[in-house]
Amino acid sequence: MASIDTAGGDSGHKKGPGVKKAKKLSTRVDMTPMVDLGFLLITFFIFTATMSSPKAMDLRMPKDVKDPKQQNEAKESGALTILLGKGNQVYYYEGKLDEKASQFTPTTWKGIRDEIIKKKQDVISRHQHDYNQPDSECKKRQESAKKDGDPDWADACKDRDFVVIIKPDQDATYKNTVDILDEMKINQVKTYAMVKIFPIEYDMIKQTEAGSGIK
Amino acid sequence: MPSVKMPRKSTDTDMTPFVDVAFLILSFFIMATKFKPPEPVTITTPNSVSSQDLPADDAVMVTIDTANRVFFSVLAEKDKTIFDDVIKKVGTIRNITFSNDQIMNFRKTFAVGVPFSQLPSLLSLEPENQTASSQAGIPVMDTLDNQLVTWIQAAKEVYRDRQKGLKYLIKGDGESKYPTFEAVVSAFKLNDEFKYNLVTSLENAPTGSALDIANRKGLKIDK
Repeated sequence: MASIDTAGGDSGHKKGPGVKKAKKLSTRVDMTPMVDLGFLLITFFIFTATMSSPKAMDLRMPKDVKDPKQQNEAKESGALTILLGKGNQVYYYEGKLDEKASQFTPTTWKGIRDEIIKKKQDVISRHQHDYNQPDSECKKRQESAKKDGDPDWADACKDRDFVVIIKPDQDATYKNTVDILDEMKINQVKTYAMVKIFPIEYDMIKQTEAGSGIK
Repeated sequence: MPSVKMPRKSTDTDMTPFVDVAFLILSFFIMATKFKPPEPVTITTPNSVSSQDLPADDAVMVTIDTANRVFFSVLAEKDKTIFDDVIKKVGTIRNITFSNDQIMNFRKTFAVGVPFSQLPSLLSLEPENQTASSQAGIPVMDTLDNQLVTWIQAAKEVYRDRQKGLKYLIKGDGESKYPTFEAVVSAFKLNDEFKYNLVTSLENAPTGSALDIANRKGLKIDK
């Protein structure tokens, strides 16, 4: 490419001796290095650009109220309490924990989803509309679902009594907390609350952990 | 018999359109790429099905790292004077006087993770020397002196004075423990703030779940 023209001579020149005929150089440039570099950059930018962009998850916490009269009470029949322990462990019980804590059950992350779905179905099957009451919550919920364009708006209030109470303990990780909040969203649980764990529940977790050897 | 002569075709193909497209893609990616700002600590956020975008400006971010250290940062790229107001406000609340250099340094400080007693010395350092490893985290576990409350209060008051909305982001590492998160939330609660955004990475809703069905019905879940 960059060779020096040494073949010149004055033989057969029309323009006379001493006038060198310029060698016709091709105007084509070798594009290969440029294309190489181009693709290198493309791969680089593809790899950096597809890095998953962070997303935001909404979390609303209730105001701390000291007065027990102002606190919301969950209906026992519709309550499911989920406890998060050490080493990604999940425990749950339905309703109110009795003195022997007999309903306390350890489960897995897969199992807790099934449990939530089962409990939700159970609450829905026992639901009765409260249309005859003056301030019917069923009607309110149905109306707001209708406004959102839900074709099944009539079912909107059926899970009204379903409440999930989430209690992470001292050893639970933040990931577990987000995962369980996510589970609420995945299963469309409308009412849930994050509550501080009771000592008796913490003791139960400790016992189970000691029994199954979780460190 | 005369043999049929196949015309010789050049094996060279014209690469020009191909190269054109390649460079078009290249320029698209260059334009679309947004580089992440440097982070004081690397945080691996948990996954969630939430698909809301993260507010990038006019927000307060509380970061919790693997060692349960808490960092505070203000996200205000458009109006840098907010940084000055926040740090001055913190000074007024906590009776700390900052020099002009220290106030200017706060603009470039990516995140603060020290107790107030060490804050002036942190701000005296050049931003590149404010390494995260030398910071112990904002003390939050002491219920009587949860120092994050002051930071949030300062930011909240500055934004209120400017009549601008402020968003609260909590970016926790998946491995951090729940009590730290609880303490951060209680710091927000003490400031009468009850709505936060948790920073997560996207994952898809499991097929057949209630959310999946609702999404297919075209319902808007994130309200």
